[in-house]
Amino acid sequence: MSVASHPAEHPTATGLDSRKLLMWAFLGSDCLFFGSLIATYMIYRGRSLECPLPGNIYDIPYTSVSAFVLLMSSLTMVLALAAIQRGDHKGLRIWLVATGLLGTVFLGGQFYEFTSFVHEGLTLDKNLFGSTFFVLTGFHGAHVTVGVLILLSLFLVSLRGGLPQADSLTVELAGLYWHFVDIVWIVIFALVYLVPAPIPVDPTTNQLLVCVGEAAAAVAH
Amino acid sequence: MAAVTGSLAGVVHRPTSEYGFMGWLSTVDHKRIGILYGVTAFLFFLLGGIEAVVMRLQLAVPDGVVTGPHLFNQLITMHATTMVFLVVMPLSAAFFNFLVPLQIGARDVAFPRLNALSYWLFLGGGIFVNLSWLIGQAPAAGWFGYANLTSKTFSPDLGVDFWLLSLLILGTSSVAAALNFTVTIVNLRAPGMTMMRMPLFTWMTLVVAFLIIFAFPVITIGLVELGFDRFLNTNFFNPLKGGDPVLWQHLFWLFGHPEVYILILPAMGIVSEVLPTFSRKPLFGYPVVVFSGIAIGFMGWGVWAHHMFTVGMGPVANTVFTLTTMFIAVPTGVKIFNWIATLWGGQITFPTPMLFSLGFIAMFIIGGLSGVTHAVSPSDYQQQDTYYIVAHFHYVLFGGAIFGLFSGIYYYWPKIWGRLLDEGLGKWHFWLMMLGFNLTFAPMHILGMNGMPRRIYTYPEGMGWDFWNMLETVGSLVIVLSILIFLVNVFKSRSSGKVPGNDPWDARTLEWSIASPPPAYNYATVPVVHGRDAFWSMKYPHLDSEGHGTAVGAHAPTETHSQGEHEEHIHMPQGSLLPLIAGVGQTMMIGGMTVVSAGAPFEIGGAVLHVGSLVSVLGGLLMLGALFAWCSEPINE
Repeated sequence: MSVASHPAEHPTATGLDSRKLLMWAFLGSDCLFFGSLIATYMIYRGRSLECPLPGNIYDIPYTSVSAFVLLMSSLTMVLALAAIQRGDHKGLRIWLVATGLLGTVFLGGQFYEFTSFVHEGLTLDKNLFGSTFFVLTGFHGAHVTVGVLILLSLFLVSLRGGLPQADSLTVELAGLYWHFVDIVWIVIFALVYLVPAPIPVDPTTNQLLVCVGEAAAAVAH
Repeated sequence: MAAVTGSLAGVVHRPTSEYGFMGWLSTVDHKRIGILYGVTAFLFFLLGGIEAVVMRLQLAVPDGVVTGPHLFNQLITMHATTMVFLVVMPLSAAFFNFLVPLQIGARDVAFPRLNALSYWLFLGGGIFVNLSWLIGQAPAAGWFGYANLTSKTFSPDLGVDFWLLSLLILGTSSVAAALNFTVTIVNLRAPGMTMMRMPLFTWMTLVVAFLIIFAFPVITIGLVELGFDRFLNTNFFNPLKGGDPVLWQHLFWLFGHPEVYILILPAMGIVSEVLPTFSRKPLFGYPVVVFSGIAIGFMGWGVWAHHMFTVGMGPVANTVFTLTTMFIAVPTGVKIFNWIATLWGGQITFPTPMLFSLGFIAMFIIGGLSGVTHAVSPSDYQQQDTYYIVAHFHYVLFGGAIFGLFSGIYYYWPKIWGRLLDEGLGKWHFWLMMLGFNLTFAPMHILGMNGMPRRIYTYPEGMGWDFWNMLETVGSLVIVLSILIFLVNVFKSRSSGKVPGNDPWDARTLEWSIASPPPAYNYATVPVVHGRDAFWSMKYPHLDSEGHGTAVGAHAPTETHSQGEHEEHIHMPQGSLLPLIAGVGQTMMIGGMTVVSAGAPFEIGGAVLHVGSLVSVLGGLLMLGALFAWCSEPINE
């Protein structure tokens, strides 16, 4: 048995590890995925013909808390990497689990948020806001889910002794992905939640769309 | 889960033989994957060609009766989808795979199993989109899939679903391959192979890989939004709810125009290898050609809306995109002048690969010039949606890309198979294809100017279009004849082709220094590179790069095995079935979603609906399992 062709063991032309280069190139590609989705959202902002609108249903304090939770998971991810780099396997496992848990809390928060939005009448097919919002944030949620799966897998591999200190690069790669997903959330949170969207014009009355009553009715219902 | 992971690697039997059917299914060797890409893409080329010929037969005479309107729409859609995604891209990928590691002095790509996965996904996506023919519901909305013709309202059958899901599969294949080749080229270069010493083909591969990495996500999101519209009734492209169909056009062409360069740059790379060899001169202005390629790669992002001049974007946008589009002709023109200057003063010979390269330059100039005519937006208003446009992009993609790729096929055939293709048949192939190509596509300029629209399935008598249409159909049959001659040539070469040795063309780059076909490990000793045209300077160390003073056809000793490590000491990655399993899983997962769309208009009953979702879920689990096993599978055992 030989691992002579393992990329990590060959000196490369640039000195960079091939797997790390691959991850960076992939994240570059992923930027365009999110870029296209965010562009779609921004183009369609304020162009929904029906209620509800972002101003009616966003709960900014609630989402701020879950955004904070996700950002804190970047800190625990850094601690996990620092632990394996100094050979602290117990620390690695603790921080991996912590990162995964924070990610799961964020996902749970997103699930609750989606559910409450649907109860307030915002569904995928309701209006442009619903379509663009759910697909963009859902796509991000799918990325977080993949990240949690990766963290969980690393935790289990580490339990079986499959993550030696020399292989800290694997944790670093998972970290790169995880930080990227966090950074994307900062952009989404700022553009989608914090920047107020213009109120669209109701095509039937030619006046600004008024939604408060309808949203309230939906809640009461 | 860890236990599952451990046992999964054991469940999948690791093939030990490198030979036979199993050897091909499990191969991770970049050369064999390249051959798989090439053979598969060529079969799709024949299929796409048949689709084209049926359309030409239908249009040969006024009021043709060969196909009806719907079948004709399916044919234009599938012909274009096939030729773009299943022929030109994977044929280029065949050359990336076979050549790039050889040209940079590496033993394989950076991620051999990922490379295999790219191939299996390409095969899966290609087969899946063509399955739509079997149920008679091939996509019929055009290869650009303009919204909202692709909506459930206007395309109720499963065709668009097959199309969008297969493009998602093919997109993952292309992005995975592009990431792999980027890392390979950046990281696996032999000692001394600096970026500015890399062969031109490798450079163009790098530019194409970057274009794929950044362009495919954009179309993927467009397709995801289209899929949500069709499967879950979202409103991305639904005007009734405020959606904007023009958004699709922006997303599509923001991908689609870089895609044009993804299709043509590999052929330009091949031509840049062939011309110096048969002129016995180094490429004229190497750095300028490299930077022109890079410039095209950047500027290609700023021209997409020239596909949309008649949409009504307004005079400012039209003017800007007119200017950027005319400007991108500059680096392309620079390349053409460099190729001509390479020929200037060379000791030129005209074997078949050289003929195809020269044909490429001539035809590409015509296609490039007609492109500049509709870069001018007022002029484009006359040409939009006419046969003039069809003429233009066939001059670029057939006269350009396909001629360049055939040049590469003839040039590298002896390296790939160890036998030459026959020169006599090759010349017949070239001249007939040249004749047939121009008979087919040159008259389309005239028809377009005379107002014949694209995509019409028939036309009445008395429009003045009869003669040219008949001529085009005859031309297309001449192309068919030339391809048949190529097939004869292939079979003849396999059985009785000349065995030419390592370096039949007295070529300049590293791949010609090793055996034909190359051994699995490529280089017994990793070469050390001291300059551009590395093999040339190894062969003729006492000459300048122009080769002055040399006797034509001189052969220097090429690498012998005794110099290097012993072959059994070179560890190559072992074959693996996991890429195949992951590829099948992903194809099932995405393909199975077709059935989600099969609601009311497609009556197949509830039971079938469950089978479809089952296929998706099973495929997803298969893929996930294969990927977990992949991560725990050692390179060798």
